[in-house]
Amino acid sequence: MTTSDNRSRSLGWLALLTGTVAATTFGVVAILVNIFERKQEARTPFVRVVEVDEVSTDPKPWGLNFPQQYEDYLKTVDDEYTDYGGNHALPPSKLEEYPWLKRLFAGYAFSIEYREARGHAHMLADQEVTRRVTEVQQAGACLHCHASIIPTYRRIGMEQLGQEVTAAKLAESFNQEAVMAGFKAVSQQTYEEVHAELEKTPDGVVEAAAGDPHLGNAHPVSCIDCHDPKTMALRVTRPGFLIGIDKLANSDDPVPHLPSIAKWRKAGSKGTYDPNTDATRQELRSFVCGQCHVEYYCANKMTLTFPWSNGLKVEDLEAEWDSTTFPSENADETGEPFYDYVHKETGTKVYKAQHPEFELWSQGIHARAGVSCADCHMPYEKVGATKVSSHWVRSPMTNINKACQTCHKVSEQEIKDRVDLIQHRTSDLIDRAAAAVTEMFDAIIAAREAGASDEQLKPIRDLQRKAMWRLDFIASENSKGFHASQESARILAESIDYSRQAIAGCYQLESEPAAEPAKGDAS
Amino acid sequence: MRFGKVAMTFFVCLGLLAGVGTFTFGYGKGASYLSNNPETCINCHVMQDHMDSWQQSSHHHVAVCNDCHLPHDFVGKWVTKADNGFFHSLAFTMGGYKDPIQIKPRNQRVTQSTCISCHKDFVHPLLPAIAGHDMLSCVHCHADVGHAGR
Repeated sequence: MTTSDNRSRSLGWLALLTGTVAATTFGVVAILVNIFERKQEARTPFVRVVEVDEVSTDPKPWGLNFPQQYEDYLKTVDDEYTDYGGNHALPPSKLEEYPWLKRLFAGYAFSIEYREARGHAHMLADQEVTRRVTEVQQAGACLHCHASIIPTYRRIGMEQLGQEVTAAKLAESFNQEAVMAGFKAVSQQTYEEVHAELEKTPDGVVEAAAGDPHLGNAHPVSCIDCHDPKTMALRVTRPGFLIGIDKLANSDDPVPHLPSIAKWRKAGSKGTYDPNTDATRQELRSFVCGQCHVEYYCANKMTLTFPWSNGLKVEDLEAEWDSTTFPSENADETGEPFYDYVHKETGTKVYKAQHPEFELWSQGIHARAGVSCADCHMPYEKVGATKVSSHWVRSPMTNINKACQTCHKVSEQEIKDRVDLIQHRTSDLIDRAAAAVTEMFDAIIAAREAGASDEQLKPIRDLQRKAMWRLDFIASENSKGFHASQESARILAESIDYSRQAIAGCYQLESEPAAEPAKGDAS
Repeated sequence: MRFGKVAMTFFVCLGLLAGVGTFTFGYGKGASYLSNNPETCINCHVMQDHMDSWQQSSHHHVAVCNDCHLPHDFVGKWVTKADNGFFHSLAFTMGGYKDPIQIKPRNQRVTQSTCISCHKDFVHPLLPAIAGHDMLSCVHCHADVGHAGR
């Protein structure tokens, strides 16, 4: 063997060893840096880099202080689609999927276009383009929930109360008195009028150009709608909810899932129940959602109203609508009885359930166990070493691990199967109730054609209203029965029963001796 | 004995590796992993909640993490420590683990065996007649003994 052979062999070995040492060093340094980064994570993560105040409706500056929450919020534009609800890039039309909805909503804007909803960050843009708004004159009250509207209410309210209105004054404090005054002042205005008002309110970012009446941009609900800009504490801002929850507190409906109301009643129900001072933080984690995810009246015959005077159950809400009359132009007269729309096929005045998630949740086992909306829809997650409530508000079914498995220590598949079972059962019941309702429409149409009088149809129309209200209550609620499965089944069973009673009523009319000519007053 | 320049450079690098390696071991609190100290488990802050809830629990006077989560025999203890040590570090370094953290079946069996190890005189009538036969998990009902208020 020559020396040069030896040398090149040992050089080969050396190269191999050098490579190994280099790779190991690379690995060790990578781990070192990783450990360093993880240790950094464990330090205080929140730095307030910009000030936000009571006009900061634009979420962007908040996002500089709370990048994690802001990034989550932005994700609400492109949620996945689940079997029942959830969000979609081009949301599917419910009217095409469930043709009976077209008949249920005949004579109401929802029969024109009704799609799955997208997330919070898209809700205002989506509302601006839906054919319900572009083809039908809608009320400005819709913006109570779709826009970050509180500073606009405050501005108009301050003008009404004769207070000086400047950007600085608007930004100073919440000023609930002015917010309420502004809310009432715009309640009869049209969608376009209120939308224009939104853009006259500073949003904390846009600077007004000379002569331009637009001081800010209109934003969908954002940070300021649930958080106090000074303390970041959760708070309720919506006048509709503040009035509604006070009515509920003053009712005698048992609300075991809302302990602060029980406490307030026990203390003598003094003054106004104010969730921002009386409610627990856990309750507020549901109340902020209940500001909008509820049943309400939202048109311009009266102020936006949450019907909670009798309680939160479907018949409690119905009882309030039954006893409500619209304000009359003539102060001496009682106004026309409340209704949402005239059902076009049958001519009956009926109620439209919006999306009573808060009310149905209130009847369910999760509410009773102290589980809030945010616990499932905004579950806590660890980001680095920080625990934050996810602001990617979405279906818990797209996030079973964090949303359910914190409490339910069974497999994801088992949880999904349980939810599917509840939702399939509810969905099947909805189909049955829908079949009963549509048969009822046919029976009433036939009875009218056979010459039934309005008086004869009165009890049947009452049954129709009850049947439609109950079906709509569950069909338009966004959980397909999951929020309170037994309650949903009860409500749908009642709907089917009322529809069938109405159908039987129609048959009886037909079998009666040939419609006698109306004798005087047969009422 | 004389070394060439290349070899010298190599040994310098080797020394650097030894230095960085030792520093990393110290900075990462490597030695603590050989101990029984519960503080070790929160070197990775993901376990902070578990530490906090253990301090609320009925067992924190009598048992530390290792007493429930490692077998009580020598070989089993160190094999499990190595196994969990490796996979925990891997999970924490790479991310993407389940949150809330879920116990693996192997570690569930370990916990069951440690419950019985201490309480066997008390629970022997409940134990399966055939070794290894199916039985209820102790923590299925006594969920709070190690981590109260979770």
